[in-house]
Amino acid sequence: MNQPKPYSNFKATLAIAKASFRSILRSPSAVVFTLLFPLIFILVFGFIGGNAISVDVGVAKNSDTDNPIFASLKKTSVVNLIQDQSTADMNTNLLKGHIDAILDIEKHQTAPYYTVNVQYTKASLEKGNILQSLLRTMFYKMDIAAKPSDAPPPVAELKETTVSGREYKTIDFILPGQLGFSLLSTGVFGTAFVFLSLRQTLVIKRFFATPVKKYSIVVGEAMARITFALIGATFIILIGHFAFGFTLINGFVTYLNMLVLSFIGVVIFMGFGFTVSGIAKNESSVPPIANLITLPQFLLSGTFFSISVFPTWLQPICKILPLTFLNDAMRRVAFEGANLTDVTHQLFYLLLWGIGIYAIAVKMFKWE
Amino acid sequence: MNASQFRGGLLGYITILSHFYSMAKQPIITVNNLVKNYGDFNAVKDISFEVYEGEIFGLLGPNGAGKTTTLEIIETLRDKTSGEIIVDGFNVDKDPDAIKKRIGVQLQAAGYYPNLNLTELIQLFSGLYGIEKSPMEMLEKVALTDKAKAKYKELSGGQKQRFSIATTLINDPRIIFLDEPTTGLDPQARRNLWDLIKEIRDSGTTVVITTHYMDEAEILCDRVAFVDGGRIIDINTPDNFIDQLVASGFERKKEVKLANLEDVFINLTGKEWREG
Repeated sequence: MNQPKPYSNFKATLAIAKASFRSILRSPSAVVFTLLFPLIFILVFGFIGGNAISVDVGVAKNSDTDNPIFASLKKTSVVNLIQDQSTADMNTNLLKGHIDAILDIEKHQTAPYYTVNVQYTKASLEKGNILQSLLRTMFYKMDIAAKPSDAPPPVAELKETTVSGREYKTIDFILPGQLGFSLLSTGVFGTAFVFLSLRQTLVIKRFFATPVKKYSIVVGEAMARITFALIGATFIILIGHFAFGFTLINGFVTYLNMLVLSFIGVVIFMGFGFTVSGIAKNESSVPPIANLITLPQFLLSGTFFSISVFPTWLQPICKILPLTFLNDAMRRVAFEGANLTDVTHQLFYLLLWGIGIYAIAVKMFKWE
Repeated sequence: MNASQFRGGLLGYITILSHFYSMAKQPIITVNNLVKNYGDFNAVKDISFEVYEGEIFGLLGPNGAGKTTTLEIIETLRDKTSGEIIVDGFNVDKDPDAIKKRIGVQLQAAGYYPNLNLTELIQLFSGLYGIEKSPMEMLEKVALTDKAKAKYKELSGGQKQRFSIATTLINDPRIIFLDEPTTGLDPQARRNLWDLIKEIRDSGTTVVITTHYMDEAEILCDRVAFVDGGRIIDINTPDNFIDQLVASGFERKKEVKLANLEDVFINLTGKEWREG
């Protein structure tokens, strides 16, 4: 009758983790939100990324703009002249291939009257080539026009250099965002639904009639959900890397760093899930409340497009959302090869969010 | 046989009988002056009773009488306002964990972990009790081995209740609590469940049951307590209750026939239990 072995909370926790993990794998919504949606978005945005050609050319601050070369470039529809970025921004963007070249035109009193300095980037050699051929054609025509019969001196000379940057592909922006979205929905929706339904169907009450401890239930559930989220993250990263050329700058180490960030992310988002499960009165009130948390972050946290496209009054709000910090850290780790120690700023704010949301979750969470 | 031999024999017989009697009357649950208030509402008002080891004890009463509240307090699932409860030698206030290990609980209308089949659910409960139990062995006890890979929600009403009872037996409990286990079942499934509950009692497990069906209580329970308005009105064996009522001059308005409509139903549709 009496069990000779002492009761093991660890075994009970594992039993719950195992049951929960099985249940998650068999739940269609979990698989759809964690894997299918992010992959579809990656696919869609991966294709949109390669639309109509436009060569983004940064114009250096002290460049002369009152000259026929500049005017002619301005008229060319393929060329998009950018004049509102700071020199530093322009240089980083050039390295990443966000802009394809930097143009600096010098004016002289004697021939050659213009020196056109062009910096290309290895991150975007193709578009650089387009610009190059455009410029050369332009120069040729100008020389002919100026001195149809005589030999040079030419009107303008072209000085070209190329910086070596790494191509920042659409997938490099989209994938970390989608990974964050996947973690957010797994954490918030999954946790909220499970605890609400376990509470409502009296599964938790039945558990309480056994010697199991409350923390075993929470930890067991969390273990299952985190495992599932990390497997989902692995799928997204692997498919992104091998099928869409997602840059894993330091290979396996970068992957591991991304997993650590995913872990931190899903733990924080589960805090929102616990809170929602406490606030929601029934299953149908989970989606509206959970969407209130996920949708703004989905749109404003730089999941699909950079926060810089939002109006300035909105940007401060965007910048303090937990998903923004996570996406930011992910992108730095994945593309720039940053270590976790390089993203302590983001991790610190994530920690603050974690403390805050769990303080609320403890207050709001209901067992019965 | 002389007189002294006879006396000796009789004494010995009485000794054995009284020993047997006291064994059977050993209280395994003792409830003293139990009170439960929800704010201003007094759900349970000073209830005291004992459940004897090895019996089927029925708590009978209308909805809202306080049956479920009383059960859940004994099951350590709910706090009480005052009173003392001892379950198999353990006090609910001091040793709730020891009690949890010794009891099996079937809740009214409780569900099970979603998306798992019966085998996996038994494995889960084994883990929660910290013991190793073969799922097939447990399912065999309630004749559900053919449903081992089925999900709980795919079972019929009677199968669900039998599975619930299987989960209460996983930890080899001393006492099981069944809260309205036959509500909503057809007559065949009900009879099938009665047989199962009697088997459990006969194997030495004490059963505490609530029900709204008096025919069920009459057939199943060794003793019943009538509960109403948070109080126990009376406790006795079903037989004694009926005899007392008859002795008081009570008569049924309708002439008593030798069979009732349920007997007709069983006679026409057979005793075999349906899986529907």
